Amino acid sequence: MTDATLTIPEDVYEAIRRHGERTYPHECCGVLLGRTDENGNAVETAVEAGNTRTDSAHNRYNIAPQELIRIQRHGRERGLDIVGFYHSHPDHPAQWSKTDFEEAHWIGCSYVITSVEQGAAKITNSFLLNGTTEEDKRFEDQRVVVFVRAAESTRC
Amino acid sequence: MKIFIPTPLRAYTGKQDAVEVGGATIQEALSGLTTQYPDLRKQLFTDEGRLRSFVNVYLNDEDIRYLDAKEQTKVSDKDSLCIIPSIAGGY
Repeated sequence: MTDATLTIPEDVYEAIRRHGERTYPHECCGVLLGRTDENGNAVETAVEAGNTRTDSAHNRYNIAPQELIRIQRHGRERGLDIVGFYHSHPDHPAQWSKTDFEEAHWIGCSYVITSVEQGAAKITNSFLLNGTTEEDKRFEDQRVVVFVRAAESTRC
Repeated sequence: MKIFIPTPLRAYTGKQDAVEVGGATIQEALSGLTTQYPDLRKQLFTDEGRLRSFVNVYLNDEDIRYLDAKEQTKVSDKDSLCIIPSIAGGY
């Protein structure tokens, strides 16, 4: 069973929160690329995606499958997998909703939600979609570990 | 042809992110995939054998639901299929 931990570099964590502030009062959305191991989902980078729900962008998001395929291909070329998704809840708590659950189909992936209040990112939570099928899937609270990347060594 | 497998379904393909299958049509290719990996069937199809509503399948860059011949569309070894579950939500 996957350990319920999401590790994410601080710069990526801040980037997804800033994304939610930029799109406020609309929802932002994007894809988390990284690796999954026995310790959970480890994010390497985030890719911003367009929200196709322009009819109700303040409380709905949808990522076009074509964009998802492009992002998956982009990750694959770099040895990275899709390990999660993120979106914002403008003026709404950072908790998954009935719609979030019904529309969640990537079992094993992390669903990160940031509440954005009056344009400012507040709480960021992650929920692991666990289970084996649509019938027994469930969201589990996931510990978020934010870390500062080690500076790359400089070679002369 | 090659079928790309998304992260959540790799538990059923021995962790492979792409699988080579034979078949002259999309339906035959998908059938080849679920014959090789039977546990994938219920992940991809309803009990009536239809693709689940949230499962998108793309032939190269085209959604197979919008192809004239849909799953009967002919394919060659140079084509690829990509299975991509939908991602959406909100409150």
